[in-house]
Amino acid sequence: MAYLDNAATTAMLPEALEVMYREAVNVGNASSLHGAGRRARRVVEESREKLAAAVGAKPQEIIFTASGTEANNLAVKGMFWNAGATKRAILSSPIEHHAILDPLEWLEREHNVTLHLADVDGDGRTKVESVAQLLSEHENEISFVTVMHSNNEVGALQPVEEIAAISREYKIPIHSDAVQSFGKVPLDFAKLGVNAMTISGHKIGGPLGVAALVAKKELELTPLLHGGGQERDVRSGTLHTPAIAAFATAAELSHQRLLANADHIKALRERLIRGVTTAVADVRLNGGASTLPGIAHFTFAGAEGDALLLLLDAQGVQCSTGSACSAGIAQPSHVLIAMGMAPKVARSSIRFSIGTTTTEQEIDKAISVINEVVTRARAAGVR
Amino acid sequence: MKVIAAMSGGVDSAVAAARVVDAGHEVIGVHLALSSNPQKYRSGARGCCTIEDSHDARRAADIIGIPFYIWDMAEEFHEGVVSNFLSEYSSGKTPNPCLRCNEKIKFEAVLKRARAMGYDAVATGHYAKLFPSENGPLLYRADDEGKDQSYVLAVLTQEQLSGALFPLGDTVKSDVRKEAEARGFSLAQKPDSHDICFVPSGDNAGWLRERLGSEVGEIVDEEGAVLGSHKGAYTYTVGQRRGLGLTIPAEDGRARYVLRVEPINNRVVVGSREELAITEISGGDVNEVKWCGPIPELGEHRGLAQVRAHGKPLPCAYRWDGKKLSATLDAPLYGLAPGQALVIYEGERAVGSVTIEWTQ
Repeated sequence: MAYLDNAATTAMLPEALEVMYREAVNVGNASSLHGAGRRARRVVEESREKLAAAVGAKPQEIIFTASGTEANNLAVKGMFWNAGATKRAILSSPIEHHAILDPLEWLEREHNVTLHLADVDGDGRTKVESVAQLLSEHENEISFVTVMHSNNEVGALQPVEEIAAISREYKIPIHSDAVQSFGKVPLDFAKLGVNAMTISGHKIGGPLGVAALVAKKELELTPLLHGGGQERDVRSGTLHTPAIAAFATAAELSHQRLLANADHIKALRERLIRGVTTAVADVRLNGGASTLPGIAHFTFAGAEGDALLLLLDAQGVQCSTGSACSAGIAQPSHVLIAMGMAPKVARSSIRFSIGTTTTEQEIDKAISVINEVVTRARAAGVR
Repeated sequence: MKVIAAMSGGVDSAVAAARVVDAGHEVIGVHLALSSNPQKYRSGARGCCTIEDSHDARRAADIIGIPFYIWDMAEEFHEGVVSNFLSEYSSGKTPNPCLRCNEKIKFEAVLKRARAMGYDAVATGHYAKLFPSENGPLLYRADDEGKDQSYVLAVLTQEQLSGALFPLGDTVKSDVRKEAEARGFSLAQKPDSHDICFVPSGDNAGWLRERLGSEVGEIVDEEGAVLGSHKGAYTYTVGQRRGLGLTIPAEDGRARYVLRVEPINNRVVVGSREELAITEISGGDVNEVKWCGPIPELGEHRGLAQVRAHGKPLPCAYRWDGKKLSATLDAPLYGLAPGQALVIYEGERAVGSVTIEWTQ
């Protein structure tokens, strides 16, 4: 078996699992005032400090949420609703994750928001000059900017620091979805210069069901969830102490091991790319030179991504095509389309993503079956 | 064998998939997404195109323990089935879309893809039987007479049938439901689908009017006397009696039936039941004759003709002249719509079929 879909989710780190278990057997609501509550609160606050340290933020800048999607929705809707009546536009990129794009499109439909999407190049990298131009043209209407830190499909790292610097000149707040980058490449909230940033637990060996919006104290956000006001009065809901503790542990370890992990993962990625491009004719690697260490995104002309995935799965190799709609019907990826690929070519693509637990054997397994799989998928053709 | 089990989310295809696994084959379950926007074609629970149906299929695949995927066949389905359905109706015919779906999608597009990917066959929950012969499989009626679907499969060639598995042919529907229950499928008591899967409301006439317009036209008798009006000739089917809305009674006071649909002048011609009687049926000038077994010798043979999905087999003499397939019924038949298929049987075996082009 070769699990090469670590961008979808990762195996939990043993240390994080241990913490999760330890906390799960303790009773206590972090908002309660008695001893059990105080104990839970202490775990949450220590976790907050750990997580903040791992991401270059202050503890009070961490807002825990139940998912990256929730944190992104909080950022997008919260920043828009708080921006005032004259700010009816949002600036973003066309290659954002659906957890950004869909709330943006919802605002466009339901709140008459104008979306300005910057151009991206053929590698899937947002063009800084396009962002700058849109900002200068629509400076008075733009409520905020949101640009992902790295693309989840092709892995291309985005020029967020440069974009943040330009946004600052216009005094327009900026958010970045850093879910894929966190724990994989150096990420420092303060240095990045954004006002808010999304990170998530299960992409770094932490548990599912916990994430955070890192947001500057002075950034005002309209809440999505109203209730007990547990997180800065911006996010309500009883805090998931065991998940938060495990998330912080995974974050701390990922931060400590960042360089060693990156070396391991990069070497495996190179091995995979060399193996695949040697085994298969007419294959293209996407994402350009500056990508996340663990993502290898290929286009196999003439083969349907769906068919590749099915045949690889049958051989025990697990990877991913682009995004799937609710019925599970593969659509050509919006990211690849924005990069200028024809829909037919976009459909011929799959993503392998490597994590800290990936082994050489898993990479070699994928390489050993790829030629037969691509040959069969090409025989089945692309529609 | 390596088998693709087509799983609609219904009882039959789920049990069929489980049986193929039990028989020792290597199986993957595939749900066909036939609309790129599933809610567009159907939002009930009885069709074959909803998100709930794909969910039901997935849950059955989980229980059987096979991998499950969704294949997007929306474009092929639209071109091969829905467009054909519309163009047939707009030319005054009454098509059978299930037959087209088997011919163009399940045992063409899906089977081709499956074979290219190294799979040997497509298994479905159709009620029909296949028996091996020297030159390939032969298609027979199912044991459950009420459910028999050999009619909608008789468009398949032996080549296509050689890549088909129908594991339910020897079982009656009530036993299939019991088996689904015993296997723990939550869909065991799901109602059968009856109507056309891509017509969401079941209102075929309304669906057609939305797409083909509802131009008012005349309802006339054989002499051309105007008896009433209609909203779109193509929503009428030869033999239809209800829904004509005629206020002028026939001279003899008897019921009137649709005799013909004339799409060009948007007229519906009505008359007595006697005028509906036909004994001659043929096709093959425009549409290709399909043989699901060995091609019969040129000339005349005895057989049985079936002209609609759950119609009775009618004793006949049938002729094959190398291009056209025609049948002379022993007893007259009342009301036969062009566009349906003429399927010839010899006993329980489906011999071949053609789309009906002419009747008299």
